[in-house]
Amino acid sequence: MSKASHLDSTATGETQPRRIFGTILDQLPSWLPWVLLRLLSGMGVVLALSFIVFAATQALPSDPARQILGPEADEAAIVLLRTQLGLDRPLPIQYLDWFSRVARGDFGVSLDSNVPVSELLARRLGNTLTLLLCVVALSLPLALTLGIVLALWRDSRPARFFITLLILVKATPDFIIALGLMFVFALNLQWLPAVSLMDPDRSPLAQAEFLVLPALTITLGSLPYLIRLVRTAMIETLESEYVTQARLRGIPEQALIFSHALPNALIPVIYGVALMLSVMVGGALIAEVVFAYPGIGSALNSAVQMRDLPLIQGAVLIITLSVVLINLLADFLTVLLTPRLRTAESKVLNFWRRSYRRAVQPDSSRGW
Amino acid sequence: MSASLPKRIAPPPHWRLILREPFARTGLVITLAVIVFALAGSWFSPHSPHALLGTVYGAPERAALLGYDYIGQDVLSRVFCGGRSVVWMAAGSVVLALLSGVGLGLLAGFHRGWIDQVVVWWMDVLHAFPHLILVLLVVSMLGRDPGLIVGVTALAFVPGVVRLVRGLTLGVVNQEFIEAARLMGYSRRSVLFVEILPNIVPALLIHAGTMLSWAVGILAGLNFLGYGVAAPAADWGLMINENRTGLLIQPWGATIPAILIALFALGSNLLAEGAARASSRLEEQG
Repeated sequence: MSKASHLDSTATGETQPRRIFGTILDQLPSWLPWVLLRLLSGMGVVLALSFIVFAATQALPSDPARQILGPEADEAAIVLLRTQLGLDRPLPIQYLDWFSRVARGDFGVSLDSNVPVSELLARRLGNTLTLLLCVVALSLPLALTLGIVLALWRDSRPARFFITLLILVKATPDFIIALGLMFVFALNLQWLPAVSLMDPDRSPLAQAEFLVLPALTITLGSLPYLIRLVRTAMIETLESEYVTQARLRGIPEQALIFSHALPNALIPVIYGVALMLSVMVGGALIAEVVFAYPGIGSALNSAVQMRDLPLIQGAVLIITLSVVLINLLADFLTVLLTPRLRTAESKVLNFWRRSYRRAVQPDSSRGW
Repeated sequence: MSASLPKRIAPPPHWRLILREPFARTGLVITLAVIVFALAGSWFSPHSPHALLGTVYGAPERAALLGYDYIGQDVLSRVFCGGRSVVWMAAGSVVLALLSGVGLGLLAGFHRGWIDQVVVWWMDVLHAFPHLILVLLVVSMLGRDPGLIVGVTALAFVPGVVRLVRGLTLGVVNQEFIEAARLMGYSRRSVLFVEILPNIVPALLIHAGTMLSWAVGILAGLNFLGYGVAAPAADWGLMINENRTGLLIQPWGATIPAILIALFALGSNLLAEGAARASSRLEEQG
C-alpha cells in the first residue's frame, strides 16, 4: 500500500497528500490498532457489567423493596418505597436513568447510613488499594527471589521440600489462613491487633500495625502462584536456545541469568500479577472481614447484610471495573514489552487468539 | 503404510500412570478419606448435632471428646454431621463448570469465527467478577438455596474452563491427525469427541483438581461469612465462624473443622499436582 503510493507520487507528483497520509500510517506503531480495538472491547465489557449488576440487583424476580424492608413489612410501605426508588417504572427506563447517574459518578445514597455511596466508597477504595499495594510490595520481591532460586536449584532436596510446603499453603482457604494468623500473632503472642480499629482521619500507612495481618493473609494466598509462575518462566527461558547460544559464547553464568534470561522471564509475571490482583480483590474481602479492615470488601459484606442496595451496586461495579482496568493494563504492558508481539503485523487478526496468555495460565501449567 | 499413520501428540495419562506419582496417591487417599468421613459421618455421630448437652465452650470430657461449642452443643457430633454440604456442593459445582465450560470451549475453538468471538467476549465479561464477589452478589439477591449456590459457583468457574479448553482445542485442531480424520470423512461429532476431547483430558483433570480446592474455599468461605448454610444446621465453615470467639478457651470447635476443610482442599490440590506431573512426564518421553 505505502509502496504503491510512493511510486505514484514520484511518477506524477500530483498525489502528494496521499503520500503524506501513507507515511503517517507507516509511522504509526503496528500495535496501535490492536490497542484501540482492545480499549473498545474493554468499554463494551464495562457496559455489559453495568447491565449485569443492574439486572442482578434491580430487575431479578426478587423485589428490592421487599428485600430492603424484609418479609414482614406491610404492603403499603412496600408500594411507597417502590415509588420512592422509582421501581414502578418500566425496566429499560430504570436502567437508562440508573446508568446515566452512575456514569456521572453518582451511585445514590446509602440506605443504611444516608451518606452518598461515592463518598463512602472512595475512602474504602483508598484503604483497599493501600492494602493491595502493600501486598504487591511484599509478594513481588519475595516471589522473584524465591522463584529464581527454586528454578536454579530445581532438583535439590530443599527445593522439593519447599515446593511441597507451597502446595500446602496454596491449598489452605483464605479465611483459615486469616484465622490462623490472628490466632498466633494477635491472640497468642499479642504482637499485633486482631481488629482494625483504625482512625479514619489518618492514612492507613500511618497506622501500619493494622495493615500487617490482612496484608500477610493476602500475600500468603497469592505467593505460591506467583513463585510457581516465576520459576516456570525462568526454567523455560534458561532452557531456550538463545540462552544456550549465549552460554556457548562464554558469557558468565551470572550475567546470563540476570541480563539475558531474567528480563524475558519477567514478562509473563506481569500478567500473573494482574491475574493475582483481580483474584486478590476477592481474597481481600475475606481478609478485610476477618480483621474488620475498612476496605471495599468489608463494605460490600456489610452492605449485603444490611440489604443496602445502592451500596451493593456501587461496590460491585467498582470492584469489577478495577479488574477490567488491571487486565487491560497488563495486556498493554505485555504486548509493549514483548518485541515479537509489538512488531507483529496482523495484530488485529490475532486479536481474539491472544495465544501469549496460554503460557501464563495458572491452571494449564504442567506442575512444579 | 500403517507405520506412517499420524500419531496422537499426548495420549491421556492412564489412571495407573497418575497413581504412580506419590503426590497423586497421597492426594487420592486424603480426598477419599475426607469424602467418606463427610458422607458417612452422621452414622457415627454419638449425639444429635443440635442437642444442647453441656456448658458454653465446655472442656472435652468422656461424653464429648472434643468438648462443647458456643451454645453447648457436642463438637464431635457436629463435626461428624457438618461435612456433607461442603463436599457435595464443591463436587457439584466443579462437575457443572466442567460440563458447560468444555461444551462452550470446544464450540469456540472448533468453529472459530463469530461464535468464538461471542463466547470469548462474554467470558471476558464474566471474568471481571472475582469468584467470591459473583457468588456473593447473586446469593445476596436470590437467597441461599444450595442448588443456586452450586450453579453460581459453577458459573464463576466457567470462564477459566472455557479459556483452557478453547486454547487447547485451537492447538489440537491444526494437528495432522485431525486433518486426516476430516479427510477420511469422519463426522464432526466423532472428530470432536474421539479425536479432540481425549487430547485435552489431562489438562482438564489438572484444572478440575484446582477448581475443587477453589470451590471448597468459596463454599466454606460463604458459610463462614454467613451466606450459605443457615444457623442451626451443622456445617464446618459455619462452625469455624460460630466458635472463633472461643478460640482461646475451647479451640477444638473451630480448629477441627478448619483442619478438615484444609485437608479436603489439600487432597484435591495434590491430586491435581500428581496428574500434572504424570502428564508432563509423558510429554517428556514423547
